[in-house]
Amino acid sequence: MASSDVARQGDKNARPLSLSGHVGFDSLPDQLVNKSTNQGFCFNILCIGETGIGKSTLMDTLFNTNFENFESSHFEPKVKLRAQTYDLQESNVRLKLTIVNTVGFGDQMNKQESYQHVVDYIDTQFESYLQEELKIKRSLHNYHDSRIHACLYFIAPSGHSLKSLDLVTMKKLDSKVNIIPVIAKADTISKSELHKFKIKIMSELVSNGVQIYQFPTDDETVSKINTAMNGHLPFAVVGSTEEVKIGNKMVKARQYPWGVVQVENESHCDFVKLREMLICVNMEDLREQTHTRHYELYRRCKLEEMGFKDTDPESKPVSLQQTYEAKRQEFLGELQRREEEMRQMFVQRVKEKETELKEAERELQSKFEQLKRLHQDEKSKLDEKRRALEDEINTFNKKKAATELLQGQSFNTNANLKKDKDRKNSGFM
Amino acid sequence: MTTNIRHKGRTIKSEDGEEKEYVGFATLPNQVHRKSVKKGFDFTLMVAGESGLGKSTLLNSLFLTDLYKDRKLLNAEERINQTVEITKHTVDIEEKGVKLKLTIVDTPGFGDAVNNTECWKPLTDYIDQQFEQYFRDESGLNRKNIQDNRVHCCLYFIPPFGHGLRPMDVQFMKALQDKVNVVPLISKADCLTPTEMRRMKDRVRDEIERFGIKVYQFPECDSDEDEEFKQQDKELKESTPFAVIGSSTVVEARGQRLRGRLYPWGIVEVENQSHCDFVKLRNMLIRTHMHDLKDITCDVHYENYRAQCIQQMTSKLTQDNRVESPIPILPLSTPDVETEKLIKMKDEELRRMQEMLQKMQQQMHEQEL
Repeated sequence: MASSDVARQGDKNARPLSLSGHVGFDSLPDQLVNKSTNQGFCFNILCIGETGIGKSTLMDTLFNTNFENFESSHFEPKVKLRAQTYDLQESNVRLKLTIVNTVGFGDQMNKQESYQHVVDYIDTQFESYLQEELKIKRSLHNYHDSRIHACLYFIAPSGHSLKSLDLVTMKKLDSKVNIIPVIAKADTISKSELHKFKIKIMSELVSNGVQIYQFPTDDETVSKINTAMNGHLPFAVVGSTEEVKIGNKMVKARQYPWGVVQVENESHCDFVKLREMLICVNMEDLREQTHTRHYELYRRCKLEEMGFKDTDPESKPVSLQQTYEAKRQEFLGELQRREEEMRQMFVQRVKEKETELKEAERELQSKFEQLKRLHQDEKSKLDEKRRALEDEINTFNKKKAATELLQGQSFNTNANLKKDKDRKNSGFM
Repeated sequence: MTTNIRHKGRTIKSEDGEEKEYVGFATLPNQVHRKSVKKGFDFTLMVAGESGLGKSTLLNSLFLTDLYKDRKLLNAEERINQTVEITKHTVDIEEKGVKLKLTIVDTPGFGDAVNNTECWKPLTDYIDQQFEQYFRDESGLNRKNIQDNRVHCCLYFIPPFGHGLRPMDVQFMKALQDKVNVVPLISKADCLTPTEMRRMKDRVRDEIERFGIKVYQFPECDSDEDEEFKQQDKELKESTPFAVIGSSTVVEARGQRLRGRLYPWGIVEVENQSHCDFVKLRNMLIRTHMHDLKDITCDVHYENYRAQCIQQMTSKLTQDNRVESPIPILPLSTPDVETEKLIKMKDEELRRMQEMLQKMQQQMHEQEL
């Protein structure tokens, strides 16, 4: 990962000296190259385009391999992104290539939300890099950078102008990623139509303020070719993995009944230009731009959102540490406040519950009293009844005893009378 | 003397020398021909599809005129929230004394906005409007000069850049299949190699069947036609949907001046059958099936619309007796929903009883054996 270079300004305290011999630090770039070659390079491309427009085929053609992509259906309900990472090697240079494809882009009836998924994906990659950068123990050296370095936007070859969806999407993406628009399936546009189409597209982009990636022209070794290529944007490409025999060579081409479109023929399409610009000349610049421009913008926005500033209200420079401490205090204070709040709430709740329970207790008590009273009443009533009943029984018993006595007495007298009678009668005899 | 000759039937010598009585109604086709040439023909064609698929170029190539003289194309930003318009171009063209009044119904803005939900509504509304207009005219008192503005055919342009039909294509064709003859076309066919083209056509045909879309079917040719015609008809049917290329420029190819597209790697000829199906489309649309398209529109789509309309009106009438019928229609010959249900139930019962009867008879039969 290229570290952010310090701007080389003419330091006023350093005076230029001339050397009287060969020192040898002109090998510094070579050392750098060796180091980065040993490390390996990493590049991430995002391909946005309608289903079937030729994204996978173009990637296969560009990198001269078969990435084994399968066809997606047109009936996806939402836009998704599919990322695949490959390890490629050319001579002694290793490249870790990640290709991210959109799935279902442009197929839905309502495409208002289509760009959002792409934006979210790009932001997620930035976020994970930011997280890594802000860690206490970080390993940026080994970190697999997944930020998107280049975005190829595939324009359908209608021949008229951009589609409304293209415009809306590119506007949302131009501040987040390097956009390189390409005209896909360009073998359906004739030369004159192509010229008009390119002009129309560029004018629409300019008039709507969409900033696409311009090849850098500040480095003299490549400025000439880059300026020339900037005038050919957007590149009209044709992709093919099939080979056709032309002359005595097998070339990548598409065979039609009326002719053969050769992919690497510059008068047929701009494929060679794209390959050169994207891979051969400006790959490193794309990575640098992503890091210094797009990522920095994301980082700044994100940190500002969190409340970090470079200067405090009195316009004095504030270091990250100060801001961090302030934030921390704020955070702790917030925590304490929350705790207090919760405690208060808890106490209140407990009080409420207590009063509730007391109420309930009182109620129960009153009910108990009531019941007890009722019970007493009934008991006393029952006692009365019992007493009354006992009295009755007593009187009845007494009466019974009295009558029995009477009966006994009368019997006795009867018996006595009889005895007397009998005596009398027997006496007579 | 002369009257005698006129009343005597003129005899014509047939091939084997027998003399047949000649009545003369074999000239009817000629009379029809003469009258129709005098009356002239009309045809309404609707084209639908996203912008940039070559609709205007194809129409110019089909009818060999320039229908779109000054056309303003919208920019991408203007199309973000665009609604679909309906524009009509009417041209009178003549060929060998036969006059054709051709109306092209164009649909700029279809499928161009970011949100295209129900973007075909203006089209279905337009078609229904024309049906309604014709319905009123037909039921009016003065039927001398009825203008037939009904849409006879709708060409739907499918983009060749994808893998087959897209959700928008499916929904559009399903919305219009019962109102107009839908003819799907694969546009800008010079984008696909022959293998890819075959795969695309097969895919589109499969998807049309899978989704149950009713596109325009060519009528079956009679069994007594000659073999060559039958072969041609079969080829025609097998190459649907037609893959077309249009061009309004003339190029030099093979020593001739032809309509075509000039590329650095070759010249695509519009009228070359091995390059695209333009010739088949032209033959089908103009030379052989134009009248069939009109017939199906009148007999099937319009009648459907009319029956639906009347049913709606009469159901409204039975609900509200005060509403006067705006058009003279025969009293209800179609039973209303209730009686229909009863009839259906009774039919079911009858059928069940018949089945039971059959089963019992079978059983008896088996017992006897």
